[in-house]
Amino acid sequence: MGVTIAFWLLAIMCIISALAVVLGRNIFRAALLLALLFFSVAGLYIILNADFLAAVQVLIYVGAVAILVLLAIMLTRDVTAGGALNKFRLPALIFSLLLVMALVYSVLSTPWQISPQAPLETTTAALGEKLFGEGGFILPVEVAAVLLLASALGAIVLVKEKDGKWKSG
Amino acid sequence: MVSAGLALSLWSGEVATAFNGMLVLDGPALFFKFLFVVSAGLVILSSADYVRRFQRFQGEYYALILLSATGMMLMAATRELLSIYVSLELTSISLYVLAGFLKDEKSSEAGLKYLLLGAIASAVLLYGMALVFGITGTTSLAAIAERISALSLSGLAGTPALLMGVILIVAGLGFKIASVPFQMWVPDVYEGAPTPVTAYLSVASKAAGFAVLMRVFFTAFGPPLEIGASWGLLLAVLSLLTMTVGNVAAIAQTNIKRMLGYSSISHAGYLIVGVAAMGLGSAADVWSRSSVLFFLASYTFANLGAFTAIIAISNKTGSDEISDFSGMAKRAPVLTLGMSLCLLSLLGLPPTAGLIAKVYIFNAAVHQGLMWLVVAAVINSVISAFYYMRVVRIMWLGTPSSEEKVPSSGALRAALVISCLGVLLLGILPGVFIRLAEAAVKMFAS
Repeated sequence: MGVTIAFWLLAIMCIISALAVVLGRNIFRAALLLALLFFSVAGLYIILNADFLAAVQVLIYVGAVAILVLLAIMLTRDVTAGGALNKFRLPALIFSLLLVMALVYSVLSTPWQISPQAPLETTTAALGEKLFGEGGFILPVEVAAVLLLASALGAIVLVKEKDGKWKSG
Repeated sequence: MVSAGLALSLWSGEVATAFNGMLVLDGPALFFKFLFVVSAGLVILSSADYVRRFQRFQGEYYALILLSATGMMLMAATRELLSIYVSLELTSISLYVLAGFLKDEKSSEAGLKYLLLGAIASAVLLYGMALVFGITGTTSLAAIAERISALSLSGLAGTPALLMGVILIVAGLGFKIASVPFQMWVPDVYEGAPTPVTAYLSVASKAAGFAVLMRVFFTAFGPPLEIGASWGLLLAVLSLLTMTVGNVAAIAQTNIKRMLGYSSISHAGYLIVGVAAMGLGSAADVWSRSSVLFFLASYTFANLGAFTAIIAISNKTGSDEISDFSGMAKRAPVLTLGMSLCLLSLLGLPPTAGLIAKVYIFNAAVHQGLMWLVVAAVINSVISAFYYMRVVRIMWLGTPSSEEKVPSSGALRAALVISCLGVLLLGILPGVFIRLAEAAVKMFAS
């Protein structure tokens, strides 16, 4: 029972903060709400017994991504106003509502198979085994390493100015 | 580097797997690896003149091209949803940076637009994969097919979540191959990106999308599963829209890169015809799959050749407007000849590869009862004659704005000659290559 209440609280918090991020005019507030959104998603992970995932979510998304976004906003002038009206506002709203309805319908009306196994108490060791152990997902991990190299390279190329100075602000 | 890649991809003739069957080396994987190595090599050759525009980071430019080629090869060879997704991201992130490489206003706009829309497409693809995983409980394509046949569905309509998953995966990959309605990014990105990158995007990135599309849909959702008919029809409608929108919009273009952007959209349409036929046919139906491979090969050579000539000419005139190509036959006869040949192949006239490729792919579709689609595709080819021939006519019959010759480096000329040879070889001796393509798809490891 407690879990159900917690779930609904977190889910509602999630949706409200997500909507506020998208619809709000003030980009600084949107960034703060984004951090709140990341926190509530971490809460959902805890309810799902995914302790490691929740910890990583807080560390990376709240700790790194949200802070980085805030820093970027603070270093950039005159963007706090943001969020101009767009002529596609109404079509976008209709389309997203239709998409939400289709997704909700398809998720609700499908007979999902639920695993009879009891969830693990701590998932960290099992995750490590699954990623790096025999028969695990080592290939995507290695490709992800190359992906990081490519994005680091790309970031340097895009940020560094042509005369060799770092772009500021 | 290029030759090392060539040797590697020719090396094995047997189906081999690594990482517990996550990575597979079978016929199609080999074919696509070869295609990516060739197109990356041609793009690098034709970049030799262009990179002088970048004051810095010339080394990083080549590194990023090779990194994205690595990603594409992995896309063609993995048969597990997670690995496919990560390799797709590797490809895309390198390409986002390449699109914005010039750092002027248009190039930055292209990079940013590509990044934002690409990120949304990736998210959509991932959501589709998550739904499929939710239904089947596995990310391995072969195991997905087993689970779906164990569920004994009457059709996709019985399990809306699976239908939704398939639609979302099509949408996510549709962005990569630039099919309607996910084509909005194409003209702006193609116009703004450095021209060699545009060529690379239009050829390799699209082929990689098709590699994944074919592998996912053939291995996981393909025949003998009954859901094949549902997504086959879905793709048939998509292909009709894609080629029509691409061709009609291309007529009005004045910028050659934008025009070829729309033309690449319409070619995605022709290619989807083959994939749709694959869904409607049986597992033993080799034609639909091998015709897609053959079409991709012919399209690759023709498009790369056209872009190579454009790079040389634009470098001299400093503009991408079609009107500035006027009278190029007098200023750069070899370049003009090569470019005309490639445009004729894109249009599908003999003796080029384009004709054989179109006939082959339409033939496969007719065998699966897609007569209406083929009629529409032929009408579309006729429409496309209008804008291809206009460029050819301007180049040969227009009056040149100056008498100055257009210079080009040896590397660029080599790239153009290789592309034209490819177009002619595939056009004059199609039998050999068709047999190769058929042999390749027969080795589809499941």
